[in-house]
Amino acid sequence: MAEEKERPRTIEAVGTAPFEMALGPTWTRFFEGIKEEKIFGTRCKKCGRVLVPARPFCPRCFEPMEEWVEVAQEGTIVTWSYIDYTYFGLEDDMIPVVPATIKLDGTDTGWWGVIGGFDIKDFDLVAKKVKVGGRVKAVWRKEKRGCVQDIEYWKVIE
Amino acid sequence: MSCANSFDIDATGGFLKPFSRTEGDAITAFVYGCMRIMSGNYDTALIVGLIKGSENADNDTITSCFADPFYSRPTGINETTAAAMQMRLYLQRYGITEEQCAKVVVKNLGNALFNPYTHIKKRVSVEDVLGSERICDPLKAMECAPKSDGVCAMLLASEEKAKELTDKPAWFKGWGASMDTFYLGDRDLLDTPLKSAAASAYKMAGISNPRKAIDMAEICEPYAFQELLWCEQLGLCGQGEGGKLIDSGATQMNGSLPVNPSGGVLAMNPYVPRGLYRVAEAALQIKGKAGEHQIDKKVNTALAHATYGFCGQWQGVVILGS
Repeated sequence: MAEEKERPRTIEAVGTAPFEMALGPTWTRFFEGIKEEKIFGTRCKKCGRVLVPARPFCPRCFEPMEEWVEVAQEGTIVTWSYIDYTYFGLEDDMIPVVPATIKLDGTDTGWWGVIGGFDIKDFDLVAKKVKVGGRVKAVWRKEKRGCVQDIEYWKVIE
Repeated sequence: MSCANSFDIDATGGFLKPFSRTEGDAITAFVYGCMRIMSGNYDTALIVGLIKGSENADNDTITSCFADPFYSRPTGINETTAAAMQMRLYLQRYGITEEQCAKVVVKNLGNALFNPYTHIKKRVSVEDVLGSERICDPLKAMECAPKSDGVCAMLLASEEKAKELTDKPAWFKGWGASMDTFYLGDRDLLDTPLKSAAASAYKMAGISNPRKAIDMAEICEPYAFQELLWCEQLGLCGQGEGGKLIDSGATQMNGSLPVNPSGGVLAMNPYVPRGLYRVAEAALQIKGKAGEHQIDKKVNTALAHATYGFCGQWQGVVILGS
């Protein structure tokens, strides 16, 4: 019997399961707007809330949300974090990341975005510039693909 | 998670029996078993929940798949990053301190030293926790639950059958569950569906004042601050008073309301059965069979809690009685 404790034998098993996800009419129209640097929400005719991204129905009232409204590209930080670790899909050269929920002006929900446009590797600088209640605005990529990453980052308004 | 049918069925004796599998945390299998017995059609039910976390990718690789692929997932959301956003809000709104959150880790890992079935065995100080890597500010590495292997099995029985099987059964008294809407931006992250899950469970168990009625609680806290927040939402302390609760010492093993005498999820995080573990630990405390981590007072009413999803999107509460 071996004296040293050996690592148990394992085999590597990688599962890849490709999905083809249908966007449906609401996401399709929403991302068409994103291609044109417009952020669309929908208004509930019952509770009056404007939700972004646009929704087919109000999850609170179950009313169809048929009124599309272009919303502001500026808003207020509700909360934020500073991702400084990696996991599958997020490589070393992709961190740190500063995610935030942002209440866009005139909407009733928080947008999930990433803050950037300055040296975010400097945490102290980030903690100085990024505040709950602080103001940010969208910065768009030149080349658009009609996806959420077309907004390159949210810039802090000093 | 994966090829479970190939390993579990023979080991549990599930073949040629009315076997079924539940979705979400294994605590729902416990409730399903209770329902079968309460229907009068079954005398016993064996509940088994297991996971080999050592074999799968990082928990956050898997939890990032909770997110919708169009809008949320591309921005890097997973259970930990969502929890960090919730923690920032908690600190800001109620003035909870990072020290108070770190105290949860010190308490739970301290308790875990007396529980042979935990993964992390380490005595730590508040300074150790605060000095650990800031993986997702304000969350520190030691405030996040590990990825563990674990299996939990519970035998449920009808009243008549239970009396044949044991002198000291623990009784199922109440259950409540609640699910919140998906988008984090649509929710107030500090006002979770745990309030309504707890209200249903307390109503079923006939509890009007949980602070008085609950003798001990096993709470699912994958992130340290969540133990404080969940205590608030369970009505075990006032809103915004989770920090004061840990400072008061009430939730220590020898306090007036011990929380996680087992060490909790921070010491042992078998992702799928972690809620079922809470029920089993609560039952052991009622039966007086928790061994070295048995609390030093009679347990008449115990609470077990489970959660999954971003920022506690789903919540479940079980009440057991002596």
